[in-house]
Amino acid sequence: MNIALSFPRTALAAAVLLLAACGKQEAAPAAPSVAQAAPPAAAQPAAEIVVYSTRNEQLIKPVFDAYTAQTGVKISFVTDKEGPLLERLKNEGANTPADLLLTVDAGTLWQAAHLQLLQPVDSASLQKDVAGHLRDPGKQWYGLSARARSIFYNPTLVKPEELSTYQALADDQWAGKLCLRTSKKVYNQSLVAMLIAANGEAATEAMVRGWVENLATAPFPDDTKLLEAIAAGQCAVGIANTYYFGRLQRDKPDIAVQVFWPNQGEGQDGVHVNIAGAGVTAHAKHRDEAVKLLEWMASDKAQNLFADSNMEYPVNWSVKPAPAVSAWGDFRPSAINISKAGELQAQAVQLMDRAGYQ
Amino acid sequence: MLPLLVVLSSLAQPDAVVWQHLAQHVLPRVLLNTLLLCSGVLLGVLLLGVSLAWLVTQYRFPGSRLFSWALMLPLAVPAYVMAFVQVGLLDFTGPLQTLLRELFGQGLRLPPVRSLGGAVLVLSLSFYPYVYLLARNAFASQGSRALEVGQSLGLTPWQSLWRVALPLARPWLAAGCLLAVMETLADFGAVYVLGVDTFTTAIYKAWFALFSLPAASQLASILIMLALVLMAVEQWQRGARRYTPAGRPALPRALQGWQKMFATVFCTAVLLLGFVIPLLQLLWWVVQGSWVDLDARYAGFVWHSLYLAGMAALLVVALALVLAYARHRWQDRSTQLAVQAASVGYAIPGAVLAVGLFIPVAWLDNQLIALLGLQATAVLKGSVAVLLLGLACRFLSVGLSPVASSFQRITSSQVLAARSLGERGWGLMRCLYLPLLRGGLTTGLLLVLIDVLKEMPITLMMRPFGWDTLAIRIFEMTSEGEWQRAALPAVMLVLAGLLPVVILIRAGEQR
Repeated sequence: MNIALSFPRTALAAAVLLLAACGKQEAAPAAPSVAQAAPPAAAQPAAEIVVYSTRNEQLIKPVFDAYTAQTGVKISFVTDKEGPLLERLKNEGANTPADLLLTVDAGTLWQAAHLQLLQPVDSASLQKDVAGHLRDPGKQWYGLSARARSIFYNPTLVKPEELSTYQALADDQWAGKLCLRTSKKVYNQSLVAMLIAANGEAATEAMVRGWVENLATAPFPDDTKLLEAIAAGQCAVGIANTYYFGRLQRDKPDIAVQVFWPNQGEGQDGVHVNIAGAGVTAHAKHRDEAVKLLEWMASDKAQNLFADSNMEYPVNWSVKPAPAVSAWGDFRPSAINISKAGELQAQAVQLMDRAGYQ
Repeated sequence: MLPLLVVLSSLAQPDAVVWQHLAQHVLPRVLLNTLLLCSGVLLGVLLLGVSLAWLVTQYRFPGSRLFSWALMLPLAVPAYVMAFVQVGLLDFTGPLQTLLRELFGQGLRLPPVRSLGGAVLVLSLSFYPYVYLLARNAFASQGSRALEVGQSLGLTPWQSLWRVALPLARPWLAAGCLLAVMETLADFGAVYVLGVDTFTTAIYKAWFALFSLPAASQLASILIMLALVLMAVEQWQRGARRYTPAGRPALPRALQGWQKMFATVFCTAVLLLGFVIPLLQLLWWVVQGSWVDLDARYAGFVWHSLYLAGMAALLVVALALVLAYARHRWQDRSTQLAVQAASVGYAIPGAVLAVGLFIPVAWLDNQLIALLGLQATAVLKGSVAVLLLGLACRFLSVGLSPVASSFQRITSSQVLAARSLGERGWGLMRCLYLPLLRGGLTTGLLLVLIDVLKEMPITLMMRPFGWDTLAIRIFEMTSEGEWQRAALPAVMLVLAGLLPVVILIRAGEQR
């Protein structure tokens, strides 16, 4: 009967967990939670903006903290992936607590607008501050920082004169020398979508097939690994977002990787630029406050704060990027409206599947 | 069951364009990959799990007591973290290959870790503890009589494992394998890092890239049906066999000579690959820089993680006890299948299940708000209770497997004896079932606890504002590819998981 006697120890351990848990819950201070603010007895605070964000906490929290410090307006937010956040907005419908949707690519914003989850915002200051091609023509969303997706090369293996365009990476010259990130990442989907917008589907598909033939190794799960592979000589060239390079450079200043700005020639479409951006939700409870926050984030007061924390580019051309970012030199970005990235995303994904780009 | 129905209801609205594309260009490849991956992982977890469990329960060798509990530690390392660490170590740019190139010249190429083979290896190391824990339970509780009979008939130790112990452990092995396979089917993070496109990849592609949640749900429905078929086949194969124990538990025998060496080396190697090396790599990244992120908020993250994991584990095991009891009491086919079906959600990707959970909750909230004329935006959603319910939904099968299989060890004569002594209802549960089920209950608590600690998509979608956990910190860091910075929450996750694990193991070992 030894067994029967010692069982309560397990139960005890479990009960301790349970009790500790209950005690803590009662003692917990009222977190800035909408659910808890619901009882009618509680006085409604002046204003509290709720943001749904796919941009991660460590990048947006400093920005929001600065806004709260300046204006006294509280901001609470939840982070999640694009798909679940959109489903959340859609199913909450008119009862959503969210005032603002903040994402790290234009495709998600385009899709949110397409699902009628956002509302148009007519704001002179946003029109002035945000570059014309980095905001929705329907005024439902606005870019807040620009993310350039460019070509990188190993200077011991490649001379910059050998490089020219994204398309040229499909040439035989680069057979076995090209590194790409997986086509499952939305950054590549946007890149291909924008190239379809510039050059048409047939030319772009031929280009992607050429890329796949030139691959040095299976596509990488992330840009950092890709840039490290270029530095190690596993491949000679590759395509990545500049801020990943910025991070690597910060940690290893002498890393054997250089940036090259492609498609700069006469009549060419320029460097592919995606955005992190935001739009006011269709059922926002604090619409005016949300618009003010949006305007502030795009203004020269906050653009450096928003873009520099992740070494991205401001969408407000009057603001200079961080010094480490400026050091990579100037480039001409693609002037096609970024909403095309959303519009053509599904087409781009299907094209890459057909071309065997995994 | 409700979230599953939401997912299955998508079958009513086919998305022809997306389907045609997927069928032509995506599905053939991912189906083959998934099949190979699942078979490989199945073989891997069986080999590792059974051999290790057999060694630590039947033999004594240097370190065997330590290994007995330490070998479940790889479970505390999330599969996507394990994948990232192994890729970091073994890929072209990793320290191993860099060193080898310096020694043997730049032309050296090893088989790539980002491949199907690499994925089988990584997932086997991540998921073998399911089989190991359940097999250990089985071997430890099956009694020595059958093995003694085998020996008296001249079976070698090898033959007695193969012809006596394994057939007798079958419900446990099947349950462990089912968990490992379902988790492989549902995994997205690890196969993404390892560059293997599986069925889950296609689901995410349909949803995130082609903007078609219906198509994604339909693909997930196929996974659900596949899991149901697997379960049904196993049930049908097992038939009406009984697995009651006979004789006292066997005492472990001491191994000699090279066998002793081999056992220790084998266990050490698995533990090194599956736990020690990944943990050291994570610690190294923490020391290198990510420790600067450590602040007072981490106390809250740890607390939230443990709170959710502890509560969900208790909830799941309580539910599992009820379900398994029902199945034990009414042994007809339909009860059996209904109980299994309740736990099939484990085979579909977490994010899809999260949406399946969220849709009815949001719908109910909207109805309540409209009905009662409330000013609020939420009644149920964003509460810890609903989050716990969601987690219980997802991990029910993890708690159910060990509890249900340990019911097999209760003989009908034990129940009759207890009844004849006048025990009924709760008394029967307290005096007979709970003591006899202790091993299974402890295993169930442990598995669910650790799985909830690692869980991401449901917590992300259902958590209250500001209610972040360690797994969510990992998500925040990795969403922009900052894997090194994710090392800090990952290490804390592993350590936070160790504490309850040690408590439960000690409680389980004192008999």
